[in-house]
Amino acid sequence: MNRIAQVFKEKETAFITYLICGDPDIRSTEKIMHQMVKSGVDIIELGVPFTDPIADGPTIQRGVERCLQKNISLTDVFTLIKNFRKKDLSTPIVIMGYMNPINKMGVHKFAKKAKLIGVDGVLIVDLPPEESMLINQLLRENNLDQIFLASPTTKSSRLKKIIDMSSGYLYYVSLKGITGSSISDFSELKKRVIYIKKTSNNNLPITVGFGIKNSVIAKNISKFADGIIIGSSIVELIEKNLKNKKVMFNKINLFIKDISRSLASK
Amino acid sequence: MKKINFKSFPDKNGHFKDYGGKYVSETLMYPLEELEKAYNKIAKSPAFKKELLNELHNYVGRPTPMYHASRISKDLGSCNIYLKREDLNHTGAHKINNAMGQAMLAKKMGKKRIIAETGAGQHGVATATACARYNLECVVYMGSDDIQRQKVNVYRMKLLGAKVIPVDSGSRTLKDALNEALRDWVSNVDDTHYIIGSVAGPHPYPMIVRDFQSVIGTESKSQMKKINKKVDILVACVGGGSNAIGLFYPYLNDNVAIYGVEAGGFGLNTNKHAAPLNKGKPGILHGNKTYIMENSNGQIESTHSISAGLDYPGVGPEHSLLKDLNRVKYVSVTDKEALKAFYYLTEQEGIIPALETAHALAYAFKLARKQSKKNILINLSGRGDKDIDTIATLQGIVI
Ligand SMILES: Cc1ncc(COP(=O)(O)O)c(C=O)c1O
Repeated sequence: MNRIAQVFKEKETAFITYLICGDPDIRSTEKIMHQMVKSGVDIIELGVPFTDPIADGPTIQRGVERCLQKNISLTDVFTLIKNFRKKDLSTPIVIMGYMNPINKMGVHKFAKKAKLIGVDGVLIVDLPPEESMLINQLLRENNLDQIFLASPTTKSSRLKKIIDMSSGYLYYVSLKGITGSSISDFSELKKRVIYIKKTSNNNLPITVGFGIKNSVIAKNISKFADGIIIGSSIVELIEKNLKNKKVMFNKINLFIKDISRSLASK
Repeated sequence: MKKINFKSFPDKNGHFKDYGGKYVSETLMYPLEELEKAYNKIAKSPAFKKELLNELHNYVGRPTPMYHASRISKDLGSCNIYLKREDLNHTGAHKINNAMGQAMLAKKMGKKRIIAETGAGQHGVATATACARYNLECVVYMGSDDIQRQKVNVYRMKLLGAKVIPVDSGSRTLKDALNEALRDWVSNVDDTHYIIGSVAGPHPYPMIVRDFQSVIGTESKSQMKKINKKVDILVACVGGGSNAIGLFYPYLNDNVAIYGVEAGGFGLNTNKHAAPLNKGKPGILHGNKTYIMENSNGQIESTHSISAGLDYPGVGPEHSLLKDLNRVKYVSVTDKEALKAFYYLTEQEGIIPALETAHALAYAFKLARKQSKKNILINLSGRGDKDIDTIATLQGIVI
């Protein structure tokens, strides 16, 4: 069983976090990753900086710009994961980003290299199933999961296709909007997640991301989702504490622990 | 060898062979599908076409003249230069052809709110105008650097009732305005239609914008027929590529040489230009696969052109295909050459062209000097009023 499947087998609700590779610097990203795992994070989505992040709100945009100033590239993302794996062989890592840097590296090389250094899954934000035929096959051949997004605007006919091409888990985008926005209708969200679970015959873990900013929201959603994903709030903690890394690490740790606790206590 | 039908693209998935497609996040897949359906059902109906034609005649001022520029023709040699006067459209450029078509479609789709991106401000002004005409709320995203260099257009948009939102992220130009418009659309898909200003973006936009702009080529064809002339060479400038494809498309299967002119900025050997078809590689930007300018890590490069409307690191996917098929020759012209052509047309013909258009002019003038007795048709995509400040500043004059 691969690492991602293992998490969903063991955990009632998986705790997934997102942060950008190189934020606030490469060594700190790795440090935050290890610390997150210690405090209860199950899966880490590692963002690849891209100049034109069309699905991201201002917080993540600024984070990406911080990393681009240091020229962080997809190659650096691989190096970071390689180093991370020297100390952690069990936590799944999902590379999350936009298509162009991957296209530039070459999809064949990307898939092979990702497998080699211990990546578990890949989520390409601007690559819907319709444009994923080749890369989906390559990732499968390398035993890597491709995670797709579903959203409130996804119609049932496409949902089936998305589920068919997905492995690992499905990332349900809780709202019509960009990262950093707020969820307005929880009962509608619950209905959608339950509907998607039914459509997948409970064969694919359904996780929820976008708009999860605190332990109350996390706990609420954990009652019906197989996993919750937190991104902007972590990037915001990095941004707000750029001047003092010790404080930064500490605040992120407290935040993660708070969410973990709320997930455990539901 | 089987002859290619150059007019058979895109396929039903929006691909121009390898290019185009829908590279967007999931939330936009539905509105794109909805738009494509509405476009096929509403915009292709005879009633819609008739209404749009009526608007183009009575509101926009079409058909635009086909002008034989006799003074410069003679001055440059033995070719005859014809100018398709898109500058004489209401609001001063070809952009209104697309804005009117899409605004009419949006209205019929029941949308209340329109968003747009703009570089030079011409598309923003055209969209704000169409929104005033059809009573639609209008929000225009514009890079803060472009706001600085196109102040008059910003003010025009405001007068027309549009809200202009400055975009401070990235390179603060057209590409970033497009990012921000896409983000707005994801957040407001229910009541909002995004009027993209060029043949860029995800399918069905490159097709829709091309179709609305094709009135340029279609009109030109019948105008040349009327005066019993055969076009030998077409020339247009290429930013996103909408005025170019609008002129080229109806001629693609004809025996005509076609040139698309990109912005060479300080020169193609510097990295300060905006010529992805000349110097870029295929990649993915703003929802489609096309030639783009990127660095070795796949990050999008910032571009330079004296004209804000050409200052874009990508290009419409159909142009990428036409390049690969060798149907259109894509060339470039530097800032300096464009400026020279700007002054030349202004002084010799009494027509002040947009700086974007001046790129097409500069290349066409080069051709006219080299060729003999050819009929060269240039798309005079816009007028230069918006660039007066830039020109004056270059001359050290404060207006
Ligand atoms: C007059 C004029 N010509 C050309 C362009 C470039 O756009 P496109 O390549 O889509 O025609 C612009 C864009 O602002 C413009 O204002």
